[in-house]
Amino acid sequence: MGRALPWIGLAALLALPVTGIGAYPLHLVIMCLLWSYVYTSWSIMGRLGLVSLGHGAFLGIGAYSVVMLWNHFGVSPWIGALVAVVVSAAAALAIGFPCFRFRIVGHYFALVTLALSEVTRLLIVALRDQTGGSLGATPDTVLVQGTTVALGAMQFASKWVWFYAILGCWLAGLWVWHRVDRSMTRLALEAISQEEDAAASIGINVTRSKLFVTVISAVMTSLGGVLYAQYQLYVNPETVSGIGISLQMVFGVIAGGMFVMLGPTVGAVFTLLLAEGLRLALGEHFKQFPALDLAIYGMLLVLFIIYMPKGILGAALEAWQRRRLTPAPARS
Amino acid sequence: MPVFDVFLLEAVVNGILLGGLLALLSLGLNLVFGVIDVVWICYAELIMIGMYAVYVLHVQQGWPLVLAMAAGIAAVAALGALMHHFVIRPVLAAEPINQLLVTGGVLFFLQAAATLAFGIEFRNLGVRMPPIAIGEMSFSLPRVIAFVVALAGVAATYLFLTRSYIGTAIRAISQDRQIMPLMGVNPDRVFTVTSALGGALAGLGACLLVLQYDIHPAIGLSFGPITFMICVLGGLGNVLGGLVAAFIFAQFISVGGFFFHIEWGYVIAFAFFIAVMFWRPQGILGGK
Repeated sequence: MGRALPWIGLAALLALPVTGIGAYPLHLVIMCLLWSYVYTSWSIMGRLGLVSLGHGAFLGIGAYSVVMLWNHFGVSPWIGALVAVVVSAAAALAIGFPCFRFRIVGHYFALVTLALSEVTRLLIVALRDQTGGSLGATPDTVLVQGTTVALGAMQFASKWVWFYAILGCWLAGLWVWHRVDRSMTRLALEAISQEEDAAASIGINVTRSKLFVTVISAVMTSLGGVLYAQYQLYVNPETVSGIGISLQMVFGVIAGGMFVMLGPTVGAVFTLLLAEGLRLALGEHFKQFPALDLAIYGMLLVLFIIYMPKGILGAALEAWQRRRLTPAPARS
Repeated sequence: MPVFDVFLLEAVVNGILLGGLLALLSLGLNLVFGVIDVVWICYAELIMIGMYAVYVLHVQQGWPLVLAMAAGIAAVAALGALMHHFVIRPVLAAEPINQLLVTGGVLFFLQAAATLAFGIEFRNLGVRMPPIAIGEMSFSLPRVIAFVVALAGVAATYLFLTRSYIGTAIRAISQDRQIMPLMGVNPDRVFTVTSALGGALAGLGACLLVLQYDIHPAIGLSFGPITFMICVLGGLGNVLGGLVAAFIFAQFISVGGFFFHIEWGYVIAFAFFIAVMFWRPQGILGGK
């Protein structure tokens, strides 16, 4: 039963069209999957002791690379995505190599990466003549009447195309997570996060192991930015870069559970459902309480880190394991 | 075109004025880190709460400005102590990064709470002060006041740390967290006092910022990152390094903003920060 559960869930997701789901719930499902993918990308390095507050930079690089290349040079977003991959990998190497070489870890690493995400946000704002600054930017649309699918421009009128595309990316993200989890690099990095000197002394190449997961995580996150830009057809420096979104990624993962494969996914679903649940519960009054969901979210995060540091899924799995391992009390 | 002109000089002087303020902001954060070994990532949000406190008391309740500011400082100091008691203390034994992240939860909460209470409109005290003119240059009076008060605040903190009993205990704890409890120092009390002091410095920063800037719930995001960069640049927990770094950083922002656009000043300052981290990861004044 335990083994079949994920496949049943996947089958249910794949069969979503037959339920005749409305446009807005479908949008929510897509956003859940998209953020699940991005959070999963973050957790690939985050769970190995490399807590980055700079992933807003990679998300921003992805989103703005495709939109700027398309709007100013007419370069197809498919090529743009390649450029985004190269640029984000280069940025990850440029920030990662010196950090790991000079042993910038823990608080320092978090704050240096935070600077990277702020530099990205400020650059986008400063280049306002090209990027539209704080107002954001919209990719020039080719979806005039009649055209519903523009493969070259990566624009699709149907949400179902995006649903399957992003579902595929999310599954691929989980697969990468799994592969990294099974690799020697993961063992090496776990040793490094425990005791860096001891790990180096038994012949682990600390810098290379860290760079490996950092580049994978950065590239995946920037592809998340590409998906976000092309699905929403709007990008804004505040929503795809800077400290806000970077922290949001970290907290989503912590809420869900950093050390289990579906933890980031649970975190993303939880975050979205919290906001939507409040919207439904408050109904008409929702507009009178701006940011109520964020206030509750912030409070929950504090409580999570104090009382449930393994996150929702981590704690649930642990409780389930314990129940399975302890024999049922004999009936009298 | 002359290489040295009066507007450049004005930018340099403005940079020095800004440096004094940033030095005060970094002092509180550095103190808390040096003693408790926790980065308050919500530090700028404490400042934001302080700004709203002054606004509410002065504009909405009609208190005299000085009284409102004193109450604002006290309120943020209390908030700092409360935060230590309810949020930091339970995770003191946890992984260091959890302590940083738990204050991130506080960041979200404070920002959202301010939005709930005050909306996203920009608010200001409505205090107008005439600029000071020296020759062709003119400087805003609130900035000069901020500079003088900030330096006075830094000096007062220095005296408190070196001359008072509890101040000495704070410095002792920051040097050796393990041995001092054996010497009869109650670390919990020292941590609470330090948190309150860190909060009071944030509150003082809030009083000075509220004279110059409009208040809105996200204002913490606009100078929080700068404060962190300065502290890291000076070496986290290194108070003197933080002061030096504050003045260097302020020059980059002010003069960089003078030559290009204000965001470019920040971009250059951040780029400088990243470059320095690779050259001296322990901070400009940090020892190996």
